[in-house]
Amino acid sequence: MSEPRAATEAPVPGRVVRAAGAIVRAAGLAPSVGEVVLVGERRLFGEVIRLEEGVATVQVYEETAGLCVGDPVVATGRPLVAWLGPGLLGTVLDGLERPLRRLAETEGPHLAAGGAGDDDRAAGDRPVGIDAHRRWTFTPLRRPGDRVGPGDVLGEVQEGPIRHRVLAQADLGPAVVLELREAEATVESAVGLLECADGRLQPVRLASPWPVRRPRPVARRLPVERPLVTGLRVLDMLFPVAEGGAAVVPGGFGTGKTVVEQSLARWSDVDVVVYVGCGERGNEVAELLATFPSLADPRTGGALLDRTVLIANTSNMPVAAREASVQLGMTVAEYFRDQGLRVALLADSTSRWAEALREIGGRLEELPGEEGYPAYLASRLAAFYERAGRAVALGAPERTGSVTLVAAVSPPGGDFSEPVTQASLGLGGALWALDTELAHARHFPAIGWTQSYSLYLDALEPWYAANVDPAWPRLRTAAMETLARERKVLDVVALVGADAIPESDKVVLAVARLVREAFLRQHAYDPVDAARPPAVQVALLRAVLAADAGLRAALDAGATLEAALASPVLAELARANAWSGEDVLARLADLERRVADLGAAGGTGAEARAVAAAGAETPGATGPGMAEVAGTAAAGAGPVEAAPEGSA
Amino acid sequence: MRLSSVRQLGVDRIAGPIVVLRRVAGMGLDEEVLVVGPGETRHGRVLELSGDLAVVQVYEGTFGLEVGSTGIEPTGEPFRLGVSDAMLGRVFDGRGRPVDDGPAIVADRVLDVGGAPMNPAARDHPVNFIETGVSAIDLLASLVRGQKLPIFTGPGLPASTLAARIAIGARLPGDERFVTIFAAMGVTRREADEFRDAFSSSASVERIAVFLNLADDPVIERLLVPRCALTLGEHLAFGLGLDVLVVLTDVLAYGEALRELSTAREEIPGRRGYPGYLYTDLATLFERAGRLRGRPGSLTVLPVVSMPDDDITHPVPDLTGYITEGQIVLSRDLHGRGIDPPIDVLPCLSRVMNAGIGAGRTRAEHRLVADQLYASYARGCELRRLVTVIGEAALSPVEQRLLAFADEFETRFVGQGRARRTLDETFEAAWAVLRRLPRSELRRLPDDVLDRAYPEPR
Repeated sequence: MSEPRAATEAPVPGRVVRAAGAIVRAAGLAPSVGEVVLVGERRLFGEVIRLEEGVATVQVYEETAGLCVGDPVVATGRPLVAWLGPGLLGTVLDGLERPLRRLAETEGPHLAAGGAGDDDRAAGDRPVGIDAHRRWTFTPLRRPGDRVGPGDVLGEVQEGPIRHRVLAQADLGPAVVLELREAEATVESAVGLLECADGRLQPVRLASPWPVRRPRPVARRLPVERPLVTGLRVLDMLFPVAEGGAAVVPGGFGTGKTVVEQSLARWSDVDVVVYVGCGERGNEVAELLATFPSLADPRTGGALLDRTVLIANTSNMPVAAREASVQLGMTVAEYFRDQGLRVALLADSTSRWAEALREIGGRLEELPGEEGYPAYLASRLAAFYERAGRAVALGAPERTGSVTLVAAVSPPGGDFSEPVTQASLGLGGALWALDTELAHARHFPAIGWTQSYSLYLDALEPWYAANVDPAWPRLRTAAMETLARERKVLDVVALVGADAIPESDKVVLAVARLVREAFLRQHAYDPVDAARPPAVQVALLRAVLAADAGLRAALDAGATLEAALASPVLAELARANAWSGEDVLARLADLERRVADLGAAGGTGAEARAVAAAGAETPGATGPGMAEVAGTAAAGAGPVEAAPEGSA
Repeated sequence: MRLSSVRQLGVDRIAGPIVVLRRVAGMGLDEEVLVVGPGETRHGRVLELSGDLAVVQVYEGTFGLEVGSTGIEPTGEPFRLGVSDAMLGRVFDGRGRPVDDGPAIVADRVLDVGGAPMNPAARDHPVNFIETGVSAIDLLASLVRGQKLPIFTGPGLPASTLAARIAIGARLPGDERFVTIFAAMGVTRREADEFRDAFSSSASVERIAVFLNLADDPVIERLLVPRCALTLGEHLAFGLGLDVLVVLTDVLAYGEALRELSTAREEIPGRRGYPGYLYTDLATLFERAGRLRGRPGSLTVLPVVSMPDDDITHPVPDLTGYITEGQIVLSRDLHGRGIDPPIDVLPCLSRVMNAGIGAGRTRAEHRLVADQLYASYARGCELRRLVTVIGEAALSPVEQRLLAFADEFETRFVGQGRARRTLDETFEAAWAVLRRLPRSELRRLPDDVLDRAYPEPR
């Protein structure tokens, strides 16, 4: 990061020669590509995206209504930066890092163009997103005379549950600490001084700027080794994403993308959550703001908002800033990664960002690629996804942090063959495909098991073996096989009818139904069921899968399937996902035993027959018939493949 | 409004709704200009400035304009609408000029119809249940104050009637009622009359303002209609503290007008010829719905969206669904069977419903009853399909009852006819059909709810 240009140097003036929507062309400037410029009398915030023959093309991040040809354009000499430091947590920022809650107090409930346009902000010389008046207690960890290098920890500041480490700037060469003192300081005031090798003096401040489009450097990248524990059974048990990995969540509207993202924001086992609402709904941001302060962080017990940074560039806010919002989110996430923290970056939705690229590209009259998207769509997405990862941060002492990316995609018409989904699939290591048919059947989370996948299974197996259950790979395979066999059996049922299939196939349908309804389905708003620890998840999975052996044994022992299915043990199993308390693991283990023993209990058929007889007496208690089992199964799993055409 | 004396004579090019002319000094983007042709003055908006030229869209179309004699007068401002609560009970054209016999409007405020985006941090979380009187909506896809909930419809389905019933029937606790703004974009005179008749017959006519751009009115003016309606809505809601419902119909016609303009500008098209910015443009309309923290009043938006060929994946309904907070979907099948209103419950959704229902707002068991109705109806529908393969005789007794339940659910619960139902009546209707099922089938309902509502022994 170079020092800001001296204030005495006059800015280079330019003039607007052309304006259409968010794109302005200016002559008479000599800026660099990526430089921030101030456009018009209202000093609208813009960024140079193209230079040709003395004309700079600028994308303007604010509403351009009223702009005239001949209006002034001023270069700032700075790229678009994010200010990073204490005070970020719990804030709500727009795509340009403006503090929305503070703006709501000072500027009224609507966002006016140029409203917060003080020149310091625009020039990137002063922090805006973080409170410049608040004082923090800075504790130095190095002494005068110490030699420091880029990324070295100079001192600490505590913010709520998070300890910010104040780092030597990443583009700093070797330097010597001249001064470093304990202080009650604002993010702007100097708490120390470094002398660089070339004799330049560098003040130490609690916050520093970083260009949002430049990945923050690391000492070295690390391979993934543990999952991002989400508390969602379908994700943690079937399609886990690794910490430092990337998951793609495509889904038509109404399939629950936002609910999944918000569940992750609430329950993910990470230190910091950065949530980017990019081109999405304002009321959703309002909901997060209304609920997060009162929700407890499952890890620290503090308010969830205290470990969260919200970035909101809603769909009605200027389109160019959407693109900046995801880059800002990634830069903030990287900042916390460099502190040695585990960060989840939740981006909802990357399609809106891609559409912003398309809109800007269209105004630039670029030759379009597929569906009007610019030809560089895939490379832009790739550059973004590759910023996620696990890494050892630059500098001493050694710190390991990670950024896990969960990117929602909104395919038009729910059609996954569209360019943004396809480009994202090649970049993410896990696909959580949201399925319209499941959503219509109110099976939530509506993550379809036929299309979804995780490429992290092998890498994560040792972690699961050591921390959850060594049998996890086998259990996962058994669950996936049951669901796959259900589809095959249903194909047969569709041809010959439910009565004509063998008993063993009926067992498959019954077990698959249990997997879907008692295990995969999870209520996002239920206080107990919303998120479960992996140990409880795997115990429930074991109990559900035990039904296969249990039902077969019961058949072998001479019971009818209807009678076996009516067993109260299975009714208990259907509600076991709501069990909580300290003995939950023991109870689930006991339940697993009793489910597996369905045959033994009914060895003489006594229990099963008694139940069946009771059912026959009471009209309301008939056991579930086969067509019904098949029927709901079809609603849940049948049309998954048909979803791309028939859904949304 | 500053009326400049500068008038420039002669335009360079006329193409569709677009004229290209020599720029007048000081002309700004989005500025309103007067386009003076032979015998009439039209209105335009500056879309693009480039060197000496300006590109202007003409709301009334360019038919009859000539290259040589057309004059342009800048106004120095974007298009602004004078708003007042005296506009309730009145009828306006697409630019907000009265077209009924009433007096001229004395404006309380004059506002830029483009609006400014609401700061998301200034929004209040929508949590107040609106009782619309339509069972399928109130119980299964509840409308909440400040929500945007579209009605997806097809040609020939009674969406306007449903929208009118919601607008007239909507009540807040304490029996507070809504004022309605009806923005007609490219609908037929018959549809617009039907809507207004519904209001006249319910004596609510003084609670509605109507902006009309009918099917034979200038196409590009359609881009202005919803903005006028929403600007008045914002004034009534956030300026005067009223609860306002804005009905925008038909969003498809709006999208087509945008496409026409985009094509005339020779922009690169996105899906099906619609411009790539259709999503953003629609969002600038629908996102004006909401509530503001610390202020009374609310703006609730009900867009009516036609699906060509009943195709929900068409870009206009598709993008609408991504912006709005759920959707109400009408079904041709139910309409054909005489079920009124013909709401297809399965694809219906209200995203903000959970915050608006439950103990203290509607009923503690609201969510569970809704889930149970959905689940049982979904299974009933699935069994219908199965029956076509294996025959009804192959079903178990319970399954036959599920089939019957699905029929009753449609005819008795959804098909309530013209009558308005209170929430109590809606719950009664729900239990009346749920009791057709054996208690053991109602697996999503806990015992305490079943004990209260289910007289039958276990």
